[in-house]
Amino acid sequence: MINSKIFLQGLKSNLGTRSPTVSLAACFIALGALLKDAGFNLQQSAASSFFTYALPGQLVMAESLLIGTSLINIFIAVWLVNFRLYPMTVSLFPLLKHKSQPKWKYYLSSHFLAVSSWLVAKEGYQKIDKKYRIDFWIGIGIGTWSTAVIMTIIGYLLSEYLNKDMMIGLAIVNPVYFFCMMIGAMKNISISIAVVGGTILGPIVYLFSAEWAILYAGLIAGTIAFLFGDKNGSK
Amino acid sequence: MDPNNIIVLAIIATSVATFISRFFGALTSEKVSVKSKTFQWFNCVAYSTLAALLGRMIVFPAGVLADSELIIRLIVLITCVVIFIISKKNLVLPTLFSAIFLSVLMHL
Repeated sequence: MINSKIFLQGLKSNLGTRSPTVSLAACFIALGALLKDAGFNLQQSAASSFFTYALPGQLVMAESLLIGTSLINIFIAVWLVNFRLYPMTVSLFPLLKHKSQPKWKYYLSSHFLAVSSWLVAKEGYQKIDKKYRIDFWIGIGIGTWSTAVIMTIIGYLLSEYLNKDMMIGLAIVNPVYFFCMMIGAMKNISISIAVVGGTILGPIVYLFSAEWAILYAGLIAGTIAFLFGDKNGSK
Repeated sequence: MDPNNIIVLAIIATSVATFISRFFGALTSEKVSVKSKTFQWFNCVAYSTLAALLGRMIVFPAGVLADSELIIRLIVLITCVVIFIISKKNLVLPTLFSAIFLSVLMHL
């Protein structure tokens, strides 16, 4: 059903100097502590990372609960902030497709789609036989997802020992890690324009429309990058 | 409503709102070929959307990071990117350094 050798290869991608584990651990420890402050119990905190596993959306949920936002508004705000997962899935899963693999593997494993696993998979998929790429992906995903759940629990339990300075230190790790990984991924002109354009437009559009900023900025910068790459023959 | 029930409903709402994007992404992927222009466009939009989120997280952060100054966050980010480049793309070094460096700068 799953090629265990390839699965383990995917799992091992989460180790080493290019590993997302340190960054994931830092941000989910911070999230665990934050959820405790927001009134969650241990089971609820673990369930949040288990079922959602998308940090920006979980942050929006916790902060919305603290200010008493309605459930429908939480749903819309989370959908908007996590909408990036849609283009990310469409830009990864066609690379993992193979006609011999059952569809349920793709549907279920889409839950593992997050920035960290996506970047690791994008970097490593070419080394894997097309037939087993989905098993490689499941290995990466199980590794990052379980790290997130375990670290949320640890963060919750450690929250009394984490002062404000430590929380701020943990919070910077996430954007720094992802920026470095994105810079490492800038291997052609269209991806470079997409990354630089998105970084600049994200905060600018936020000034005009806080909720829609990521979606608008992503669509505008991504389309410009695509058109430029298409015109100049970039792959 | 009992606060515990509100939390459980919020977890369900957040999980469904998140899984929708992933699941529809998996469905759309069935019809998208790697060699198509649609795939190239989705690839560019994925990177730019992610970059937009990171840009927003640094300039307009949510949560505790908002208590640090923008100039300090930018100094930390740029220094860590330089470390990443000169350390032959080691990712563990700049991420560990970022937490320590930010704490030091905030106490100067």
